[in-house]
Amino acid sequence: MILALLIAIPIAFGVLAWYSDRINASLPRRLSFLAMAIDLGLIVLLWAGAVPQEGVWIAEFKVNWVPQLGISLHFAMDGLSLVFTALTAALGLASIVASWTEVKERPGFFHFNLLWALAGIMGTFLSMDLFVFYFFWELMLFPMYFMISVWGHRKRHYASVKFFIFTQAGGLLMLVSILALYFIHGSSTGDYSFDFTDLSRTELSPVVEVLLMLGFLAAFAVKLPILPLHTWLPDAHTEAPAAGSVILAGLLLKTGAYGFIRFMLPLFPGASSLFAPLALVLGAAAVIYGALLAFAQRDIKRLVAYTSVSHMGFVLIGIFAFNGLALNGALMLAVCHGFATGALFMVAGWLQERMDTREMRLMGGLWAAAPMMGAATLFFALASLGAPGLGNFVGEFLVLLGAFRAYEVVASFAATGLVLAAVYSLWIVQRVFHGPYERKAGIKDLNGRELSAMVVMAAIIIWLGVYPQPVLDQLGRMVLAEGNGQITAQSPEDDVFSDFRIEPGIKHPGLLEI
Amino acid sequence: MSVPELIALLPLMLLAACPVALMLTIAFYRSHALSAAVCSIGLGISFVSLFIASGFAPVFVTDLILIDGYALFYMGLIIAAALLVSLMSFGCNMARPGLREEFYILVLLAALGASGMAASSHFASFFLSLETLSVSLYALIAFERKSVRGVEAGIKYLVLAGASSAFLLFGMALVYFQTGTMGFAGIAARAGGVDSLAMTAGLALIFAGAAFKLALVPFHMWTPDVYEGASSPVAALVATVSKGAVFALLLRFFILVDIYSYRPLFILFALIAVLSMFAGNLLALFQDNIKRLLAYSSIAHMGYLLVAMLSSGSLALTSAGYYLAAYFISMLGAFGSVTVLSGRENEREMIGEYRGLARTNPWLSGVFAGMLLSLAGIPLTAGFVGKFFLVASGIGSALWLLVIALAVNSAISIYYYLRIIAALYAPAPVEGAVEAAPAISLAGGAVMVFLAISLLLLGLYPAPFIRVVQMTLGILV
Repeated sequence: MILALLIAIPIAFGVLAWYSDRINASLPRRLSFLAMAIDLGLIVLLWAGAVPQEGVWIAEFKVNWVPQLGISLHFAMDGLSLVFTALTAALGLASIVASWTEVKERPGFFHFNLLWALAGIMGTFLSMDLFVFYFFWELMLFPMYFMISVWGHRKRHYASVKFFIFTQAGGLLMLVSILALYFIHGSSTGDYSFDFTDLSRTELSPVVEVLLMLGFLAAFAVKLPILPLHTWLPDAHTEAPAAGSVILAGLLLKTGAYGFIRFMLPLFPGASSLFAPLALVLGAAAVIYGALLAFAQRDIKRLVAYTSVSHMGFVLIGIFAFNGLALNGALMLAVCHGFATGALFMVAGWLQERMDTREMRLMGGLWAAAPMMGAATLFFALASLGAPGLGNFVGEFLVLLGAFRAYEVVASFAATGLVLAAVYSLWIVQRVFHGPYERKAGIKDLNGRELSAMVVMAAIIIWLGVYPQPVLDQLGRMVLAEGNGQITAQSPEDDVFSDFRIEPGIKHPGLLEI
Repeated sequence: MSVPELIALLPLMLLAACPVALMLTIAFYRSHALSAAVCSIGLGISFVSLFIASGFAPVFVTDLILIDGYALFYMGLIIAAALLVSLMSFGCNMARPGLREEFYILVLLAALGASGMAASSHFASFFLSLETLSVSLYALIAFERKSVRGVEAGIKYLVLAGASSAFLLFGMALVYFQTGTMGFAGIAARAGGVDSLAMTAGLALIFAGAAFKLALVPFHMWTPDVYEGASSPVAALVATVSKGAVFALLLRFFILVDIYSYRPLFILFALIAVLSMFAGNLLALFQDNIKRLLAYSSIAHMGYLLVAMLSSGSLALTSAGYYLAAYFISMLGAFGSVTVLSGRENEREMIGEYRGLARTNPWLSGVFAGMLLSLAGIPLTAGFVGKFFLVASGIGSALWLLVIALAVNSAISIYYYLRIIAALYAPAPVEGAVEAAPAISLAGGAVMVFLAISLLLLGLYPAPFIRVVQMTLGILV
């Protein structure tokens, strides 16, 4: 029940927010903040174990939706979902703060879209029925589209349509695969169901398995993004309003990573292991390519967007290195990237709001006028480049460590990305905050609200960097489909440092035998 | 004719009586509101009578007409659509001068012809009801007889519909030549194993004749001009009632004669489906006129529907029924929005004229956007579940190429639907403030509310409607 609430609250508050701007223009964002705060509170309760565990799941919810087709509204939360829903609620709050003053036009409709996008993402992280998963996967698109296309910047129309078409095309190919899986499973067992647990038992021939995997791959590769499919990302991130950029970078990209781990690997272990070498190469290429393109940018948001491409390359390597270390690293990195990059997008949004430009050439020397903003940027730039002691370092380090044990060459290439990251991250600080200060009119420094958001996000990154164990424990509670579709929970006490491998040709071995 | 047969025939008899009653009413007392009321009430009563008739279905009423669940389901869709069209046009007809009462007679006749097609089980009734439908559509399309475009559209439709009837008749003749009967059941019984050139050609010609009405590529040329020339409610009628009826009949006929065993035809139809999807969507990308855009979109949607027709089994029937219902709602809603948002004198046709309307008409813009998202197949809307069903039926029959084409085309189509939505939610142009839509008539408003609720209901809680579809379409006699 609590899981359904997690999704229903933003949906209901979204509708309320839409109409509340007739009463008071600031009411929508207050309502949105309240909605995400309630969600975060519920998730903290679940995290703390205040709600009794239901079987292997931390919480579960299941009712029939379309019984004729075997579709049920099935939500379930394990450690993986818990971490990602917590990220969603936290970054949801951050995104509301990011656009606190930016949106003056139709704030009600803006916050409606914001909350519905968050509800879609929340649903994606909780769905255990593939139809419902697809439903939420698509549901997050149109609010996101509206946010970019109505409140975005100059090239918003182009960016929003490109974003919509890329993600929708990927999603439709996934739908084809989901349905094919549904029919193959249904005709072989007589039980037509979209439930993930049932479908993960499907017997597939190797060729079919590869074909079906390609559909899922299309959807997740666009979202993550994997190298040749990343072109929507810089446009969408740059043109979106600050809140939109935070959600895009912090959450939307993570749905791709989540999809790989939750659905693609368990459903198609053999085909995934065939794809793994290519994934590792593409991941390493993305790390370097994203970093190189980041150098070439003059637009601060575009620069940060390309760094996301680079960081997601690490996540991809971590997922497909097929060992516990790298996987945990990838997930840690996904979480920390959400906070660090989200914070950088918030700063970029505030800079644009104050200076009416994103061109770094026109900035410079701002430290004198806005020291707190400069310090915040420096901190998150350091986090983003993987400075030890901060969360991103833990993630990147684990990914490289895990990947190196299996694939030295890939890991070595990816590691050069860290050097490049140091350069572009510090470059932001240098070009924007150092140098001669030429502006006559001073720009305002962070106000209390903005500062407190920065401080909280910084604190989280430090916490994750110094003491990541609570998150790793939660990630250790991942529930995975095993051979014959048995669902088992891992216990956090298991040794994280042993390998797990997927043997090609064997049907659904325990994916993570940690 | 026995009493059960007569009761089963009740909906069609009522539909036939309504135009006569309306003609008499107009002869005695000419009033726009009264005519619209008689038409709407007549359609409403006919709709209710479907439930009475369903108690006696399935039953053959003579050789010509078969009232079964399938027929009743499609008659329900058709009558409901005609009712919505007449209500929606009431508001916009009010504003314009001239004799408007006959409009409703024609709508009733179109509904009669279309319902007759859904219940046909014989070439004779097929052809008669098709002509009833076509003749009333000629007049409806050219109803704006003082506008050049209206008359042009009417004539274009007349000529092409005439040509398509010729194809159809020739096809029927060839099938009759091969099987010696004109009843569908007889043809089905004797067609088994017949693999002659004449039979194949006959079926292909029948398909070509129907493809004109469905506006499938390469028989689609008339569509954009006719939609543009006709008034929006009439365009909605052409897009839904006429296409729905032809599709229902074609599906029934082709399943009975087992079209799947004619390999060349099957490949030809698949090719036409793919071509229709691509041509419709690609050409729609270049349209600035909303009615032409919707015309091309409807071409693509008929291409999608062919996927259901070409996939066999009971899932195909369910998919086609559900998708057609979703398509009816979305198309009626889209044309209804154009109707309701249009000014008194002229229709608001160009996309540019919709800029910033979300500000002045937030509710209607929201509904319009919802209808467009449904046509694009986005969640929460009926179109999403409809598209899901189509893909499911295609995959169930392993029509991979068609399914992939459908997925690719859905992605393409998003671009032009989003263009309209982006215009609605864009800031208003600087010079010349947006012309706010006129006050909405009660009837028009009610139609839009009804359509919006159905759109969400079919999209969010499809189970009850699926049950209806499965119950009625379960068995084909």
